[in-house]
Formats: sequence, C-alpha cells, structure tokens
Amino acid sequence: MESQLPAEFIVNVDHDRCRKCKRCVTNCSFSAIEFRDKVLPNHKQCVACHRCSTLCPESAITITENPLQFKDGYNWTPEIRKNIMKQAESGGIILTGMGNPKPYPIYWDHMLIDACQVTNPSIDPLREPMELRTYLGAKPDMLEFEGEGSNINLKTELSPQVKLDIPVVFAAMSYGAISLNAHKALAIAAKRMGTLMNTGEGGLHKDLAGYTDSIVVQVASGRFGVTSKYLNNSAMVEIKIGQGAKPGIGGHLPGEKVDEDISRTRMIPVGTDALSPAPHHDIYSIEDLSQLIYAIKETTDYKKPVSVKIAAVHNVAAIASGIVRAGADVVMIDGFRGGTGAAPMIIRDHVGIPIELALAAVDDRLREEGIRNRASILVGGSIRQSADVVKAIALGADACVIGTASLIAIGCRVCQKCYTGNCAWGIATQKSELVRRLNAEYAADRLCNLLTAWGHEIKEVLGSLGINSIESLRGSRERLRGVGLSQETLDILGIKHAGIGQ
Amino acid sequence: MKCDGIPSGCAISGMMSEEGKRIDGSAIIRSIACMHDRSNGLGGGFAAYGIYPRRRDMYAFHMMYDNAQAKENTEEFFYKYFNIDKDEAIPTRKQKGVANPPILWRYFLEVPVNKLESRSERDYVSNAVMKINSDIEGSYVASSGKNMGAFKGVGYPEDIGEFYKLEEYSAYIWTSHGRFPTNTPGWWGGAHPFTLLDWSVVHNGEISSYGINKRYLEMFGYKLELRTDTEVIAYLFDLLVRSHKLPVEKAVQALAATFWKDIDRMEPQQKKIATALRQVYGSALLNGPFSIIIGHNRGVIGLNDRIKLRPMTAARKDDMLYMASEESAIREIAPDLDEVWSPRAGTPVFGTLRPEVE
Repeated sequence: MESQLPAEFIVNVDHDRCRKCKRCVTNCSFSAIEFRDKVLPNHKQCVACHRCSTLCPESAITITENPLQFKDGYNWTPEIRKNIMKQAESGGIILTGMGNPKPYPIYWDHMLIDACQVTNPSIDPLREPMELRTYLGAKPDMLEFEGEGSNINLKTELSPQVKLDIPVVFAAMSYGAISLNAHKALAIAAKRMGTLMNTGEGGLHKDLAGYTDSIVVQVASGRFGVTSKYLNNSAMVEIKIGQGAKPGIGGHLPGEKVDEDISRTRMIPVGTDALSPAPHHDIYSIEDLSQLIYAIKETTDYKKPVSVKIAAVHNVAAIASGIVRAGADVVMIDGFRGGTGAAPMIIRDHVGIPIELALAAVDDRLREEGIRNRASILVGGSIRQSADVVKAIALGADACVIGTASLIAIGCRVCQKCYTGNCAWGIATQKSELVRRLNAEYAADRLCNLLTAWGHEIKEVLGSLGINSIESLRGSRERLRGVGLSQETLDILGIKHAGIGQ
Repeated sequence: MKCDGIPSGCAISGMMSEEGKRIDGSAIIRSIACMHDRSNGLGGGFAAYGIYPRRRDMYAFHMMYDNAQAKENTEEFFYKYFNIDKDEAIPTRKQKGVANPPILWRYFLEVPVNKLESRSERDYVSNAVMKINSDIEGSYVASSGKNMGAFKGVGYPEDIGEFYKLEEYSAYIWTSHGRFPTNTPGWWGGAHPFTLLDWSVVHNGEISSYGINKRYLEMFGYKLELRTDTEVIAYLFDLLVRSHKLPVEKAVQALAATFWKDIDRMEPQQKKIATALRQVYGSALLNGPFSIIIGHNRGVIGLNDRIKLRPMTAARKDDMLYMASEESAIREIAPDLDEVWSPRAGTPVFGTLRPEVE
C-alpha cells in the first residue's frame, strides 16, 4: 500500500557548500540520502539520527522538522493522526524504541536539594575526602562481635556484597538489542570505573570473559545463554521479571538479527526469532520466584547477590516487599520512562508509573516493615543527569541504573529506531558494517568521562550538603524539597514543600 | 510545646572522676560560664551521674510539664506502668535570666516484673519514654536513667545551673551545654543534654545526616518527636550499644566511620570489621560538624566528627578527665593539668570508671 504519511523530517543540503564527497550517502543507514549528480535527500526515510550532519566535512547538512502544517487540533494532534494513518496502512501494532517521550510530569524536576549555610559548614570536595563507595547486597539487622578488648572478632557473616566506586551502574541491555562493540564498551568502562554493566537477557559473549567481576548476568524469561558457568562468571545475578518500557510483556529479537555469534551466545539456532515470554513459565507466584532465587543461590554457592528486576507498576511497593521476603538481595525498579530496543508504543507510552513515586513508595514500605536493610534498591527508568542520581539516592535508592544516558554518551541520538536494526551509530544493530563504526575503546573512554563527570558533580552536591559520604544522603529525604507539587504527591515522595524549614 | 528544628552553635564541657569521686556542681557551672559567648541565652543544661545513690536502682524520671493537666495525665501513665517509690518537685531557686519554667518534677520508678512480658526492663522503660514524649500533650521526659539526671532549660547555662541549685548535688560525671540556636524560640525540652535511659548527650554542632539517621532509628521503633538532631545521637548509642550490644568502641567507629581510604590500608581482620560496620551501619553514620560528650553510668565518651569541624580539647589531671569546646573552660576549673590535647577527628576519648568502683 502506498504510504500517505508525510516525512517527519526534512534534510536540507547546502549545495553551495557540498563538495560531493558522498560521505553522507555511505553513512546514512536509513537510505535517506542518495547521490544522483548531487546529494539528494529522501526525506521520508530520515529519522534525524544526525549521522550525515555530524560527519559532513563541510557542515552542509541540516535537518529540520517537517514544517508541514496540520489543521490545528488540541485533541487530534498530528502525532495521533499519523499513527492512525500508519495503522490503516499496516494493520499492525506500532513499534518503537527508547523510552516514553510523552509529557508526563518529571518529578525529578520538581525536587530541589538543600545546602549548608553558616550553622553547618559545607565541605570542599577538592580538599576533603568525599566518599561515594556503595555496597550492593543484603545487610543483616545488626552485627555481632565476640571476644574482648583488642581481640574482638566479627561473629556475623555478611552475605555477598558487590562494591561500587560510584553509585551508578549500566542498565541491562542485551547483546542482540545492542552490538557487541557497545557491550564491550560498557564492560571496559564498568571495570575501569569500579561499577557494573549488565548483560541483559542475551547471554554473555566469550569476548567479555575478562570482565566478569564487573558484570551482572541476567536471567530472563527466555533463559538465553543461561548455564551454571554463566551464572558463576559474574559479580551478581539478576532475574528479570519486568522492564519499565514494557511492563507485563515479553521480548522479541527478530531472526534476522540472530547471526552466528548471537546464536552461540544465546544458545539458539541462527536466524530463529528469540522470543522472551511475557512471564517466566516457571514463575506464576511469589513462591515460584523464591525457588528460582534459591536455585540460583545454590548454583552460585551463595557467593553472588541475586537481584530481581521489576517494572514500576501500581502495586510496586507490595511487590517489592514480597521480592525481598522471597530472598532477593537487590531489588531493581525500572520506571515507566525506561528505555527499550523495541516495544509496542501503546505499552511504552501508557503503562507503568514514574520511578520517583515508585522508589519513594518502595523505600517507605520496606522501612515500615523493618526490612529495608535486607535488600539494596537500584532504580532506573530515565536517570538523565547526576542531579537525578542525587535525588534518587536522597529518596532512598542505593544506586542508579543508566541505559539511555550511557548510549547517548557513545553516540546515540535517541531517534527511537532501535527496533529497525539500522542504527547508524553502530549501537542498536548487528550489521557488521554498522557495528564497526563503534570503536569499543573510544566509546569506553566516553563512558568513563561521563561517570567521572557525574562523580565530581555528586561530590560537589555532597559537599554543599555538608556531608562527606554517600550513605549520609541515602534516604535522607529531609534534604529535598518539592516545588509545584500537590500535597498528595509530596506525601508519597515523603518530602516537604519548598519554604518549609526543618 | 514541641518546637521546630534547632541548628545550634554552642559550648560543651564535661568532667569525670574515674575513681568515682563525687564532685559538686559548682565547678562545672564555672567551666561552662567561661564560654558564655558561645551561647545566646536560649538554652543551657547539665547531666550528672551518681546523684541519687540512695535510689541508685530506680529509674529517676526528670519531667517537664507545660501544665497541670499534662502532669496529671503522665502520673496516670506512671501509676499504670510503674511502681512509684517517690515523687517530688525538682528543687529550684528564683534566678535572674530564667523565666517561665515548666512544672519540673521527678519520680523514682521501679518496673513491676509482671508487666515486662518478654521485653527487657530497659526496652520497657525506653518504650515508656517514647510514649510519653509522643503521646502525652505538654509532657516531656528530661531524663530517665538510674542514679543520674538532666537539668536543663531556657537561659544561659550558668543561670540554669544556679536555678537548679546544682551546688547541692554531687556527681562523678558532669556534662554541660550552652546553646546558640539560630532559629528557634526558646523551649525547655529543646535544651541539651538529650537523654534516654542512662545515655546523655551534649552536642556542639549540627548533624547534617539527621534525615537518614532519623529514618533509620524509626525502623527500630524509636520515635523522634523533638525534631532536633542531638536526639538521634542519644538514640543511636542506645540502639547500637544497648540493643545491638556492640562494643562501645565499635559503636563509636560506626557513628564516626573510618574513611574508606584508611580502611583499605588496614590489616585484614580490622578491615573486615571496619567494612562491615560501614556496610551495616551506614545509615547510623553521623555526618556534619559535631563535638559531643556522651555520658553513661560507667563513663564518658568524647567524640568529634570525621573531619573535626567543631572544636574539642581534652585534658587529664590525676583521675580526672576533662573535655570542653575550649581549653580555657578546663583551665578555669583545673589550671594545673597533667596532659592537654586536641583529640583527632573521629577519634574517641574514653573516660571509664575504674572496675573496682561500684
């Protein structure tokens, strides 16, 4: 069927500047630029990935939104009309990538951080120690000692703990959804920065064997690549129940992405679709989850913390409490803005709840039940900047998880076309000619720079708060104030409105 | 009566006879008066240990009541949950600079064994303190330990000391405090020391980690009604030392935690302990500027924050241990000292009753 959809973007080529090097033509992976005597755009194919514009040596290309005016309509927005046109042409579910872009409230931007003045001095992070070290894992209620005087010994044996030098870890993104070079970049950066990357559900490629102390291996409903060796070659094991971008539904890696390497890593035949069922077919209740947690602990000889990842949904606090009681050492909560390689738009844009509210509710619930120490809380789902990390930790998170932000650091332009496999930056693609555009070492440097910068920024804020250790911020909601929030929202977040003192 | 947050400047001073010699209250008044300019007349107080030897096995409750109704309600509570051996007005004198005191009354209480059920006696009493402070309007427990008491109020500390006739008490430990609150109306309950059971705390500084310290304590059933940061110090000591039975030096190490850079250089066994303390008690870490003197029945602990953002000097003369915000406050009462030093950041100073002293 001939598409009536107008182009989303217009590619403007300044032919006076263009010296016809064709770099743009070879670099456009969406077939939006041809060469017929001169560079000719095919506007309808353009996704605004900026590859051509970034690489043009003459800066001759700009991309603008298609100015085509639709008749005004507050209700029937152009986007809604275009989606109807798409579905009228295809009869299918609208697929999309990345996180929810809709203008729902962003609560991070309605919270402000305290600072010291006079009575308690702020601390200069360049002159004084400033500690970000964080340990993930279950903590006992208390420590017991034996012996006397200088011969005091610790009687309590702690369950396994994973050390983070910075309370920011890389999110689960599977080899399959993203390229091997992207995976390598994340692993190299995680190791260098003393933090973690997460395999996602696609197994662990053999090239990453040297990084296993910095890797969280995931067990998802498809169980791709899960062997006892896989579980033991890790810093931590994560059971993926849900994902913020698509709570309650499974995953689908199309067969055309399953090449030789992915086939071996995922342990499925070349060219077959990799289907992750919506639920784990051996988990239909909390006691089933507990069995899987302990099956993994047995397999790993109780040496690895086990994390359970869930999407932030309405009843997230009760679910998280159940997960902690089921034996998880870490609960990872993924907010409704979390990213994805591919999800139905209806799910991505309309299901789940904001991570800020989910985090506050979970932290409160676990404290009310006196079990907050029994699991660490990781949160993700659109952590965009170090300020979000600071606010998340003040609300009660142990550490934050960044997916989209880490991809942006290595070239992603958030064009939301991950599901096409045409990623021009070599990130969300398995096409070898595209993958090789991403240099793992170079990308790792950029990731390290990002974390280093965030680390400095977090230390600046700690210093201004007059504290020199991240655990004095963790859960210290007293240091946050809301602006422009309803009383109910403030109550859920457990913070006061700006203007109220202690 | 309950008031809003109280960041404070302040002066502290403490003295202890490790041989258990009992000293009257005039010296500690002179010491804290020496630092008059560190306070602003909005609060002063003292803790004294060994003052009730004849009723040493009873819980001495020093109460502050806003009105007769609060007193009546609290006494009803005491009748229900305790055996009252004796109750009386806390003796005071008219003192310039001390106005509008609440009703000050003290009770010597015993816990009826049949009420304990499975709880320990100290849990029982600590619960009672929380209950009175949070549930009985206009009633506040100034102290609740055995053979000790807190004497505090709104005014300069030396005036408060005169007001309470402290020269008539003798104690083997005295601690004292002069407040410089920056944004609060004077409130008697808000003065230092803060206490729970035997624990008393006088504090110069502000706990910047108050928010999480409070939420951490609430997980263990503590009710923080006073909204002041000093309260958390008393409760943290109670939790770590009394409930969790940590050795005192380990509790101190949790509250003023060793820096990771130093932990990383420790011997394996020490490193394991220090790491576990930080992992498990991270929410108990006291962050922000403080110098504190903690009193308990067997001794005192002086402690500075991890980077020593508030002053503290310690000194010894024979069996006497002195600690104060300024050396002058010690020299005022003990000009001739064996040893004077500035304790290092995060390094505690312990004063301990000799084992042979009962």
